[in-house]
Amino acid sequence: MADALLTIEGLTKRFGGVIASDNVGLDVRKGELHAIIGPNGAGKTTLIGQLCGEIVPNAGRIHFDGRDITALPVHDRSLLGLARSFQITSLFPHFTALDNVALAVQAHAGHSFRFWRPARTESELREPARVALDRVGLTHRANTMLSSMSHGEHRQLELAIALASKPSMLLLDEPMAGLGPDESARMVKTLRELKRELTILLIEHDMEAVFALADRITVLVYGRVIASGSPADIRANAEVRQAYLGEQEIAHG
Amino acid sequence: MMAVVTPRNTLVAVLLLLLALLPVYCSVTGNYFLMSLFTRILILGMAAVSLNLIMGFGGMVSFGHAVYLGIGGYAVGILAKEGINSGFVQWPVALLASGLFALGVGALCLRTRGVYFIMITLAFAQMIYYVASGLDRYGGDDGLTIYKRSQFFEPINLSNKTFFYYLCFVLLLACVYLVWRLVHSRFGMVIQGARSNERRMRAIGFPVYRYKLTCFVISGVMCGLAGVLLANHTDFINPSIMFWTRSGDLIVMAVLGGMGTVFGPVIGAIALLVLEEALPVLIGGASQLLTGHEVQGAREYWQLILGPMLLLIVLFARGGIDGMLARPPREVKGHG
Amino acid sequence: MLYLIEQCLNGIQLGMLLFLLAAGLTLIFGIMDLVNLAHGSLYMLGAYFAATFAAVTGSFVLGAILALLATLVVGMALEVIAIRRLYGRDHLDHVLGTFGLLLFFNEAVRLIWGPGGLTLPLPSQMLTAVQVLPGVFYPLYRVVIILATLAVALLLYVLVMRTRVGMLIRAGASNREMVGALGVNIKLLYTLVFGLGAALAGFAGLMQAPILTVQIGMGENILILAFVVIIIGGLGSIRGAFVAAIIVGLIDTIGRAFLPDLVRHFVSYSAGSSLGPSLSSMIIYMLMAAVLIFRPEGLFPAASK
Repeated sequence: MADALLTIEGLTKRFGGVIASDNVGLDVRKGELHAIIGPNGAGKTTLIGQLCGEIVPNAGRIHFDGRDITALPVHDRSLLGLARSFQITSLFPHFTALDNVALAVQAHAGHSFRFWRPARTESELREPARVALDRVGLTHRANTMLSSMSHGEHRQLELAIALASKPSMLLLDEPMAGLGPDESARMVKTLRELKRELTILLIEHDMEAVFALADRITVLVYGRVIASGSPADIRANAEVRQAYLGEQEIAHG
Repeated sequence: MMAVVTPRNTLVAVLLLLLALLPVYCSVTGNYFLMSLFTRILILGMAAVSLNLIMGFGGMVSFGHAVYLGIGGYAVGILAKEGINSGFVQWPVALLASGLFALGVGALCLRTRGVYFIMITLAFAQMIYYVASGLDRYGGDDGLTIYKRSQFFEPINLSNKTFFYYLCFVLLLACVYLVWRLVHSRFGMVIQGARSNERRMRAIGFPVYRYKLTCFVISGVMCGLAGVLLANHTDFINPSIMFWTRSGDLIVMAVLGGMGTVFGPVIGAIALLVLEEALPVLIGGASQLLTGHEVQGAREYWQLILGPMLLLIVLFARGGIDGMLARPPREVKGHG
Repeated sequence: MLYLIEQCLNGIQLGMLLFLLAAGLTLIFGIMDLVNLAHGSLYMLGAYFAATFAAVTGSFVLGAILALLATLVVGMALEVIAIRRLYGRDHLDHVLGTFGLLLFFNEAVRLIWGPGGLTLPLPSQMLTAVQVLPGVFYPLYRVVIILATLAVALLLYVLVMRTRVGMLIRAGASNREMVGALGVNIKLLYTLVFGLGAALAGFAGLMQAPILTVQIGMGENILILAFVVIIIGGLGSIRGAFVAAIIVGLIDTIGRAFLPDLVRHFVSYSAGSSLGPSLSSMIIYMLMAAVLIFRPEGLFPAASK
């Protein structure tokens, strides 16, 4: 196994009297799919917020690809190769699917102080965007406005936008949110393919998907890491069962 | 481009044709008041187009945009008063002053958003209004008369009203074209994306602030140019052009004409000013015909109608005149 | 020294007027999340109503009371007819819609009362000065303004903090759906709040009418100052509005009184006369800018939200 691409040490975040992240530490090895699970309120969203730079931690360090990124602004982290998808779909309405993805390509294609040439005619932006749409299976919707697309297609687009910036690591915040069984199966298939080329940190509630995809799992409860290890270890862990998996249907095999 | 002949494009084409031919009509009928009115429309249209760049496309609602009309105008006025009448000095100074002010104000204001942004842009414009009111040497509250229009070399004579009209027309078209190119370029994509979803823009790697600031400056400079033309047109400049309600007028033009297109604000300027002038005449004339005597003060009726009309537009027809003509596309054909 | 004290009192008096305007504005923003550019129009109406009713009834006090009631009614009617359709929309819509109302009111007033202004003479009993401090005399009417506004401020405090209605107002500010779900008539509450804001604005307008002005567009100038006050004080905070209004009132008045001399010292005589007022305005706007940059929630941020 390769060494850690992302390292989190002692990450702590307080909102008033509430401790959202309590001395969180974990590492994500290069090439693995590392899942984070935990009941609602466990602080998963706060964790992602700190990883991508929207939330400033009270204490702790984050290292990515050898660099300390704890104080780095949001856009710089993306430029370093850390891409994020949103739990609640966050796209660009009034644009087509292709436009949406092309924007992500543009962000990584040099500066945008270009005032004259129509961006939609630049193949260096459009081609990689098409490729990203192909990856998630949205080729046929390239020229469709967002308002005419389904929720499932929006979730696929979420992923395509994250992919378009050619990241070395993906932070996926509940990509399965709101998907039906067919769409979920398709998303799992896509993620399994992506696993081969990218490092992925996956936050998910869908246990079937988590146990099907994850190389390692970390369990977060009330902002603390209570367990971290292989899927088999986690399934067997008594504390985890009690805190979280108890009432849940656990996928077998 | 989609189908070329649409109701919207037809309107734009017809308007452009009418605008181009107006001086001909005026010289034939001898009605030069009309040309003066439309010169003003062209100039304010330019100001509204510049505002719409940041407002309609960038989502930055500036309630202090009229300040650039004042900065551009006062640059011309002050230099003229000090004996510098050369346009080659006045105009660059005016544009530079507008740009620098936009840079300074933008750098501060763009750190805020929503209603705070609206208020702080308004406040800074008011500040300059008060400064101008306090400049005794340059007219203070009463304003400054400009005795000589900007001087260039021989064939260019801004005092020739027809020439000046076409100058404004050409400059307006140039601005509209520039904004059109800007909006569709990479830069424009960032600006539009930031209006659409600024959070996501940062997440995908754009340092949004510097692009918004640049856009703010470009918009300010363009409006400064409109101010230069306005000062030349009226041979006069006074602080009231910068009062915050004048910024409101510019916003009204943009909204009325349609914030979603580049040319929309020009339509709005035409609509607003033509109605303002024409309606009293129409009412006066109609009342004369119907009742035998003319209704006085018909101009006041116009504002009485404009107010609620604005509210109704806000509530029901946010796309403005443009929006009512153009139907939003489901599928966009033919792009990249 | 006497002059300084007098100017300080003037500053406080201006601050009181600003507070009345700002309190209404900040209440409406805090509870209905509405930016109301037509607030100055209600201020103007208060002054016009007072001048008219006082002339008709021959009594300043009666005129004032009627004007207050009239403004309250206009405010509530406005809310029901127009304002309530703007709730929930983005702030640009508010700004545009209420700007349209501002234009409308200016023209309506011009149509009804004519373009020239009006006057509202003080009753003769008010035309004296009182001794506020040993050796310091100050016009009685201005003292009345200060005291009346303080009384209003106290009433507001009691209303918002100590009554059931006030509790609903505060609750409504932090969670509209919940209050609605509790069976409280939110629509009526909003109408009342808007009416209250209108009455406060009208009160300010009629109070300043005898000593300042009754003319079209009078709201436009002071409205911006009121917005500056609520931004400095904190959007939605009445306490903040009170403190900020006094600060702004003092800076503006003392600035206008002493800056001209200061400028004359350094620059020239005429520059001093005209730049003085400009400078004091500039100081206020710079203060607002500083607050927005370093402490955007304002000096006394509203507890809820």
